[in-house]
Amino acid sequence: MADQPAVAAPRRVLALGATSAIAEATLRLLAEQHAAFFLVGRNTQRLAAVRNDLLTRGATAATTFTADLDNTAAHPAMLAHAATALGGIDLAFLAHGVLGDQSEAEKNYAAAEAILRTNFLSAVSLVTWLASYFESERRGAIAVISSVAGDRGRKSNYVYGASKGGLDIFLDGVRNRIDRAGVHVLTIKPGFVATPMTAHLPKNALFAEPARVAKHIVRAIEKRKDVAYVPPFWALIMLVVRNIPRRIFKKMNM
Amino acid sequence: MGKSDSKTEQTPQFESWGRYPQFHADVVPLHWATDFPLKPPPGTPQLPVGLGRSYGDVCLLENGLLLQTAGMDRLLHFDPATGMLRCEAGVSLQQILDFAVPRGFFLPVTPGTKYVTVGGAIANDIHGKNHHVAGTFGRHVLRFELVRSDGTRFVCSPIENPEWFAATIGGMGLTGLMTWAEIHLRPIVSRRIDYRGDKFHGIDEFFALSHAASSEYSVAWIDCVSTGRNFARGIFMQGDHSETPGPLTRSKEPKLTFPFDLPAFALNRFSMAAFNSLYFHKQLGQQKVGPVDYEPFFYPLDAVQHWNRMYGKHGLVQFQNVLPLESGREGMLEILRAITKSGLASFLAVIKFFGDVPSVGTMSFPVPGVMLALDFPIRRHVTFELVDRLARITLEHGGRMYSAKDARMTAAQFQAFYPQWRDFARYVDPGFDSAFWQRVTGRRPLDG
Repeated sequence: MADQPAVAAPRRVLALGATSAIAEATLRLLAEQHAAFFLVGRNTQRLAAVRNDLLTRGATAATTFTADLDNTAAHPAMLAHAATALGGIDLAFLAHGVLGDQSEAEKNYAAAEAILRTNFLSAVSLVTWLASYFESERRGAIAVISSVAGDRGRKSNYVYGASKGGLDIFLDGVRNRIDRAGVHVLTIKPGFVATPMTAHLPKNALFAEPARVAKHIVRAIEKRKDVAYVPPFWALIMLVVRNIPRRIFKKMNM
Repeated sequence: MGKSDSKTEQTPQFESWGRYPQFHADVVPLHWATDFPLKPPPGTPQLPVGLGRSYGDVCLLENGLLLQTAGMDRLLHFDPATGMLRCEAGVSLQQILDFAVPRGFFLPVTPGTKYVTVGGAIANDIHGKNHHVAGTFGRHVLRFELVRSDGTRFVCSPIENPEWFAATIGGMGLTGLMTWAEIHLRPIVSRRIDYRGDKFHGIDEFFALSHAASSEYSVAWIDCVSTGRNFARGIFMQGDHSETPGPLTRSKEPKLTFPFDLPAFALNRFSMAAFNSLYFHKQLGQQKVGPVDYEPFFYPLDAVQHWNRMYGKHGLVQFQNVLPLESGREGMLEILRAITKSGLASFLAVIKFFGDVPSVGTMSFPVPGVMLALDFPIRRHVTFELVDRLARITLEHGGRMYSAKDARMTAAQFQAFYPQWRDFARYVDPGFDSAFWQRVTGRRPLDG
């Protein structure tokens, strides 16, 4: 290749929810930097397509692993498999999640619980094991996709918002615990992204393409940021949203 | 169509590049090869669309499902030893260039925009400035997978299912959904193109320059506005990939976007005469030689996103035809006289010789001869009368028009241009249709 950069060792990346649009766009950028991947997702055929794409773009290796991450009991074995296959993990990237159906979750606790299980509990399980692994290694990074929806509860998606808000607080605590061990914990807070998850929503100027979001994510990983709103203009929007007095906020339609 | 302009009318979600005609269809984004087939309500037609850069109604459908393939954009395999790239059908030529140029490879054939998908390039069997040596895009396709609306999947190539291979290349997306394709890229050692531009005055000088040209790429810009002494003046542009090793970097994203619809009166006889004069005199000498980057050479208009807004909200129609060599000179003169007389032409007009490399597709547009392509802003009857007249002249001279650019051919004209259409129709997926196909098979009348 003409302009191959002089990288020391390819980064070893564990991607959970590797077929999500934001994950895929981010992994493509890491593939161009010749990373090696362990790709976890629910759909074997989709994982194979992502794997082929990453290998074509420059990944040095890519192993796929089909799993439903809601099954927390299977997490330790899966993570052991990943660490073995990659020969160690440098970056764990958690990108799985569901938007869920808010109106269904208002009527039916089982629907609310399903959202919390996928977005919150499965992430808590994974990060618990990963934090201990990286803490003992005294290096590594955990990057987790949360959401701007976790910043404040809104009537249109507060169950999803609560799952992400809980995740934010959990990650804050983990960061506080293992930063001193040299482990980087990144909370990624995307705004509206044009993905299959949001395909049913009408699009406006705030929607960003996954490729653009991915560039900001990679930059945040490289800069060892704690929290990254992506694209960054969402930090300003959410600063305003967080500071609307509650007595006004509760009357608003958002 | 007989649509009113009332505000209650549903906004079209998907426009073709010419923004005419307009139809409402539901857009279904496909992200994975396994997202298809769908189970639409019975009688709902479907049509795959890429990035919507065809000009007329070949990528449109009324009251159906547009299967938007741009989310199927994975590169599946690349062999640097042979240049063979396998990718999903929604990968754009821009994405291929971003991948291939740093590795020392280039598209085998490219149209005047890189914002088309591989699926669209095959479905319209696109051509480029190297047609006279490389033929159409379809010549460089090894294999692809076709999925029919009933769920049947099969691989097509010149060896496997060759009749489906031929029907699908240039098949306007009507034979089924293409999920992936394999194409041959060609090696390059630099982004640079060794360029040469020669001014010409009149069609005979253009013919002479074309016959003398030896470059891989050639095309001419032609002034379709000026009359008298400046009639059919132009610049003959040719180039080759530089053989001197040079930069192989990735292109930068374009920064300019045409911000709004230009009002209809802005493009008129006087502004267009000024534009054409400026363009002709931009090159100062009779001849200009030197290295240029491939971006401005192949994709000058891609530098401005949404340049179609220049034509205002009524949009544009493009006319593109090819006339056989025997009648090419007389026919083109008649066409150019009709265009200059109308005063409707814009400054975006190109003329080129097609070579004799046979096209693979049953319905492919290119045949040996001289090709003309230009845009007209839509001024309803005036524009339509002119384009309809140009279609008649094309037919009289034994030529044909290009479906990917067309919004105005009659069913009778199409069937005369493409007498093989009945053979092709046997391969059309019973669940698929398009506004174009309805028009040229006589199932939908022309408006205006």
